[in-house]
Amino acid sequence: MTMLSIQNLHVSVADKPIIKGLSLDVPAGEVHAVMGPNGAGKSTLSYTLAGRGGYEATGGSVDYLGEDLLALEPNERASKGVFLSFQYPLEIPGVPALTFVRTALNAQRKARGEGELSAPEFLKLVKQKAKDLRIDFEMLKRPLNVGFSGGEKKRMEVLQMAILEPRLLILDETDSGLDIDALRIVSDGVNALRAPDRAMLVITHYQRLLDYIKPDRVHVLVAGRIVDSGGPELALELERSGYDKYLAEAA
Amino acid sequence: MSSLSPETVQTVAGLEKYKHGFSTDIEQEFAPKGLNTDVIRFISEKKGEPEWMLEWRLAAYERWQAMEEPTWAKVDYTPVDYQDLYYYAAPKQKAGPKSLDEIDPEILETYKKLGIPLKEQEVLAGVEGASRYAVDAVFDSVSVVTTFREELAKAGVIFMPISEALREHPELVRQYLGSVVPVSDNYFAALNSAVFSDGSFVYVPPGVRCPMELSTYFRINASSTGQFERTLIIADKGAYVSYLEGCTAPMRDENQLHAAVVELVALDDAEIKYSTVQNWYPGDAEGKGGIYNFVTKRADCRGDRSKVSWTQVETGSAVTWKYPSCLLKGDGASGEFYSIAITNGRQQADTGTKMVHLGPNTRSRIISKGVSAGRSTNTYRGLVSAHPKAKGARNFTQCDSLLIGKDCAAHTVPYVEARNSQAQFEHEATTTRLSDDQLFYAMQRGLSQEEAVALLVNGFVRDVLQQLPMEFAVEAQKLVAISLEGSVG
Repeated sequence: MTMLSIQNLHVSVADKPIIKGLSLDVPAGEVHAVMGPNGAGKSTLSYTLAGRGGYEATGGSVDYLGEDLLALEPNERASKGVFLSFQYPLEIPGVPALTFVRTALNAQRKARGEGELSAPEFLKLVKQKAKDLRIDFEMLKRPLNVGFSGGEKKRMEVLQMAILEPRLLILDETDSGLDIDALRIVSDGVNALRAPDRAMLVITHYQRLLDYIKPDRVHVLVAGRIVDSGGPELALELERSGYDKYLAEAA
Repeated sequence: MSSLSPETVQTVAGLEKYKHGFSTDIEQEFAPKGLNTDVIRFISEKKGEPEWMLEWRLAAYERWQAMEEPTWAKVDYTPVDYQDLYYYAAPKQKAGPKSLDEIDPEILETYKKLGIPLKEQEVLAGVEGASRYAVDAVFDSVSVVTTFREELAKAGVIFMPISEALREHPELVRQYLGSVVPVSDNYFAALNSAVFSDGSFVYVPPGVRCPMELSTYFRINASSTGQFERTLIIADKGAYVSYLEGCTAPMRDENQLHAAVVELVALDDAEIKYSTVQNWYPGDAEGKGGIYNFVTKRADCRGDRSKVSWTQVETGSAVTWKYPSCLLKGDGASGEFYSIAITNGRQQADTGTKMVHLGPNTRSRIISKGVSAGRSTNTYRGLVSAHPKAKGARNFTQCDSLLIGKDCAAHTVPYVEARNSQAQFEHEATTTRLSDDQLFYAMQRGLSQEEAVALLVNGFVRDVLQQLPMEFAVEAQKLVAISLEGSVG
């Protein structure tokens, strides 16, 4: 089953075209990597899928589980299972991480017509997931991401994924700012979420992350379009030869 | 991202969801409209006051006539026609109801709707673990009931309407009334002194820790009526009391005046914690109607090591003019001011504090959080001063402003006067706009725009919310969300 189907998508930011005819299908149960040089439109793609304001789809379509994804508000997308792991997770002063995650979970459950999770149920859930990710529970009482290291912030993103249990995971440059130990912990967390009814879109500049999160398919994004697709071996080839070949073609 | 989407601004700018906007239809007794010595005599007589009180009022009225309404605040409003107001409105009932059975059921229903517990047995039968608190309920110009008085009396604490205190404890009232806010202090204080109708009186004897939270719930109901609350709290040596006031009013197209005076007196080693959750009707989105909240609140920390802490959550009123202050006289006295002021629609708030360091080793702390949305104006105005005798005085001030949208304004006007070289004053101020990035992040996790705004704003004001007594902090948190919501989901 195709979970996400992007057809001939065009996106402009401040009237400047960034994505120019991008097509991509991601079936459920698969992990797809999107690789590309700086300025190719990688972050624009992830923000567009998540519904950020200012990213205007000027053409094409995005179908998510049979629905027009672009017609939904960001929070509607979230409650339907779209999760964006931010390249730079935001600091939320004065809001403890626990409060933030619980508010998010209950907002999603409410939107889906499910009952709110009680405080003890929620705490039990968080404690288990935090332990898996080697996050000190005390840290969750601090305002979300405020004063957290790069690695801690990314672990908080994975913790949120684990608790919110999304259907479509978009990882935007998740490896940036991570040392090798943090990368392993974060990747383990992401890999634990692999499931037949869940798809992942891993957006990255470097091949390194794909050593830890093994993709089923690799797509090359250059100048706003997918210019090549292949198996995991394509990532290794890119690591050796770089993007020059594609950039020359695009120019 | 530089600015919020127009939808966000519109969403948070909506103001129609004022939850306490209903009015109660009961028979009321009014003084004739307008202000003159006859009306003052009428009020004094209604309250059965001693002769000296009447003379005090008449003297205040004379002073008031010679004064001019202040114009220095950064607020702009249609002038009040003081002759077109009722200065006294009271529910018709037998004088001084002794039990709840004698109170008009409509009034009881009003407080029930507002969620204010007036029946002690209901409070006692309430949620397990929830702490009890005593309530004085003031409806327009009179107090209708005060709960837990007997239990408080056992501890020696006096908690009653000030009108009653004037009859039962005239010597105490006379000793302290006007000793913190003199009759001629300012225009609105003089007016209040002439016509004040009711409010609370608290006296905590030496060494007594008041066994429960005290609270007064002010409700303006009648139209064209001014409310002139007068509250006097005295904590004798080594005493402690925590007091909270809440305020609401019906939605009316006219502007209504609330001109209160609150005086606190803390003797040696005494501590008073005074919290306000002010949710007067703010007017509609176009600025029609709403309460003028012109209030003088001051604490006299006259005892050594005395301490007064003001906490306020100001979300209502069309216009707010309010500066809860501390006169730090005693050696080592300390004052605190924690404030959240939220303005939306066309609301205007000019609020802050004065920390006047008069004694040696006095300390003060000011944390002010202003949130402006819609087309509102929010001003922090504060004074920190140290007298030559206030050696070793210390102050820390932090003023943070948060702007939501492009059409609102925030101003910070701090005055600092150090008249001795040993005073240490620190001042920090920030102004930020609600971040689109943070908003999007929260929405990406499933929060609606309104929920995201509420969460972020609650985070912004958290330091102050934590100063509120537990049972009110949750309510205040909800109020913060509601006052910024366009529609309550």
